[in-house]
Amino acid sequence: MRDVAVIGIGMNKWGELWDISIRDLIAQSALLALDDADLNKVDAMYIGCMSSGLFTDQEHLGSIGPDYAGLCPTPGIRVESACSSGALAVRSAYMHIASGMSDIVMAVGVEKMTDVDGAGATFALASAADQEYEVYNGVTFPGLYSMMATHHMHKHGTTRDQLAQVAVKNHFNGAKNPLAQFRMELTIDAVKNAVMIADPLTILDCSPITDGSAAVILCSMDKAKEICKKRIVKVIGSGHATDSIQLAQREDISYIKSTELAAKQAFEMADKKVADIDFAEIHDCFTIAEIMVIEALGIVDKGKGGPATLDGMTAIDGKIPVNSSGGLKSKGHPVGATGVAQMVELTKQIRGEADKGRQVKKADIGLAQNMGGSGASSVVHILEGM
Amino acid sequence: MSSPKYWREMPQRYRYEAAKCKKCGKVLFPPRLICPACQAREFEQVNINDTGNIETFTVIRVAPAPFVDQAPYPVAIVNLGDDVKILCQIADCEPDELKIGMPVRIEFRKIQQEGEGGILMYGYKCVPEF
Amino acid sequence: MVGIVGYGAYIPRNRIKVEEIAKVWGADALSYKKGMMLQEKSVPGPDQDTITMSVEAARRAIKRANIDPTKVGAVYIGSESHPYAVKPSGTTLAEAIGAVPDCHCADFEFACKAGSEGMFVAMSLIKAGEVEYAIAIGGDTSQGAPGDALEYSASAGAAAFVFGRENLVAECLYTHSFMTDTPDFWRREYQFYPRHASRFTGEPAYFKHTLGCAEAIMQKANMKPADFDYAVFHQPNGKFPMTAGRKLGFTKEQMEQGWLSPILGNTYSGASPIGLTAILDIAKPGDKILMVSYGSGAGSDGFVWKVANRIKEVQNLTVQTRPSLESNRRKYLDYGTYSKYRGKIKKLSE
Repeated sequence: MRDVAVIGIGMNKWGELWDISIRDLIAQSALLALDDADLNKVDAMYIGCMSSGLFTDQEHLGSIGPDYAGLCPTPGIRVESACSSGALAVRSAYMHIASGMSDIVMAVGVEKMTDVDGAGATFALASAADQEYEVYNGVTFPGLYSMMATHHMHKHGTTRDQLAQVAVKNHFNGAKNPLAQFRMELTIDAVKNAVMIADPLTILDCSPITDGSAAVILCSMDKAKEICKKRIVKVIGSGHATDSIQLAQREDISYIKSTELAAKQAFEMADKKVADIDFAEIHDCFTIAEIMVIEALGIVDKGKGGPATLDGMTAIDGKIPVNSSGGLKSKGHPVGATGVAQMVELTKQIRGEADKGRQVKKADIGLAQNMGGSGASSVVHILEGM
Repeated sequence: MSSPKYWREMPQRYRYEAAKCKKCGKVLFPPRLICPACQAREFEQVNINDTGNIETFTVIRVAPAPFVDQAPYPVAIVNLGDDVKILCQIADCEPDELKIGMPVRIEFRKIQQEGEGGILMYGYKCVPEF
Repeated sequence: MVGIVGYGAYIPRNRIKVEEIAKVWGADALSYKKGMMLQEKSVPGPDQDTITMSVEAARRAIKRANIDPTKVGAVYIGSESHPYAVKPSGTTLAEAIGAVPDCHCADFEFACKAGSEGMFVAMSLIKAGEVEYAIAIGGDTSQGAPGDALEYSASAGAAAFVFGRENLVAECLYTHSFMTDTPDFWRREYQFYPRHASRFTGEPAYFKHTLGCAEAIMQKANMKPADFDYAVFHQPNGKFPMTAGRKLGFTKEQMEQGWLSPILGNTYSGASPIGLTAILDIAKPGDKILMVSYGSGAGSDGFVWKVANRIKEVQNLTVQTRPSLESNRRKYLDYGTYSKYRGKIKKLSE
């Protein structure tokens, strides 16, 4: 397997982008990435998108992606794993190059969520859960994560304040990110007193509905050394694991086993330990998710995610900054784009290009964790600056 | 909701039919083609228990379209024993009565309906067992 | 010998008081409480209907009957609130109890006597030797038009009976049906609420058929009121069954156990059948029970039951009717919530 590097990144401003169609959303970030890499073509394009069909009635992104990015006849491949579609696109691009098939491959993530109304978006998002044994009975995604939160609080003593602190921390970072959807700062009380969605999670514990895209261009290391004009960021680890789709069938309802296993693969491939990681972008679709994920990654012991967060371990100036971008909570969560945006952030930080106030001081080795549904799939990448 | 999709799951939704792996004894609800625990492919038909305990719960306050009129309603993961857990609504119970460990019993209820003219869809909820 | 092998009832948990309804419509609650002898009624939740209640009642009846459900050869649900106009409620019930596919099914309708009708036909099928077991259910989630007198009583509940030839808990000694064309209460196709002819629903309707049927069956059986231990009549309110019983010569003590309407309301097709289950819950072997239903339109089905020895083995096997009715898990609703549950609020059409 060949070594692979990130040589180009691009991301548009996320929010409710009424004027921009899904075609142009893909094109925007694709062009930004090409410009960043100073390229005008790639050998293949992977498109991570959860459900362009349910949100916009448009499938066949494998054609639309290259078409509207001006790249036909370049091959386009749509990959999907619910909310981990983005990282899956990155991993697929990585494997494509590592295998020797091609030299330069783009991974773009996209989701256009506002062409349907709230009910339509909820319906589309619910397709990430078990239709017949979860969704049929009236549970929602906030409902699934709320049950994980209740279980976690009961089992480990995690508190409501600790959950809220995840949102507070991530908004503190996102406030300094001009591409983030929600840039207001929050307090613990504001999070706790917001409207309840599913006990105990309020609307401020939940990531939003967002339109957005992000793209990275990966390149074989040999070629990268020739053409990349910025600090080369190497993909040193990649891992992917699955778990039962039903939350009820997990071994431990409030522990993300698929993340633990995906991370293990990535660490082994990178020959690194969790202590080597300087900073991380992780999948805070709900505040409780970040707490469970830092446990599954081994950043903290099982059950200690809450206190660690409240104590500031994962703050921008903490021991291991988590979600310097603002996370899904503040930056937004256009489902398929998230995993790619995480890679954009890691690369920016490693290059020293992050916005003022949110540049991680020591940013040489970064980890990205992206997961689908209630933890039914997880994809982990580790990047290291050369 | 398509008729075939609804009808296919009736044995599970109406009669709680599950599959027990002939090799390792794991009970699968719903039944599957291959046992996730031991990879065996032969099963016998069993029913899941109709009583259990709440393992975790929440109260859905912002509901999806088919359930909007019933919000707020409790949803829980119920442990029915034999390593079988189901996700379902808890009926006949106030949100503040919910407790982890609470004993409950399955009851037949109407789960959804397709507007004024579409099919009615039934299934299982749990009620408190006092 | 033909009769009941197992029985069960299901009553939803919600209630609404007569005062709560009267308050909204500016009516005199006392006239309903004293005049009609009604205090409160059961209300089905938004996830409950005739089918769901029938399934739970049938499961309880099967538990008491202690039979293999695949041996049930016929399933009849009688109701005036079948969830579908076309597609029998019985199909879902048969599927839920596991009686499919070798099973006959039909839905019955005859206002409040659709349940007892199903019972009559189910038993006749057993008598004829056509099937080994047959289940009949009377259940309803009846509607009363807002502000109308019937709104104070229209309630929800279901009773189920497994019929067979052996291991009876109660033998059926006699049946009789008494029926005419009497337009006292009806609902036209596509109408949401039923209508009624006011005081005409009393003497020429309820009383004529209830008394006519009771007298005919007692004559057939060569029995007098004093020969019975219990009597249960159709209960559209608290007053009518008591008046009918008195006119026939029954005492309050004979009627009390099956008299549920003051705190249950009128469960329409479930009314006298649920009353019967309340009696069976405490009856002793040898007891004789008279049951006379009434359905507007109009007609009455009469039954004379003789309780068998096996009753003692089954009474405690599952939920009993009076304890369920008087349970401290009852939840009182305000009129707004009640209206929402009963679909009485005009919403944006889908």
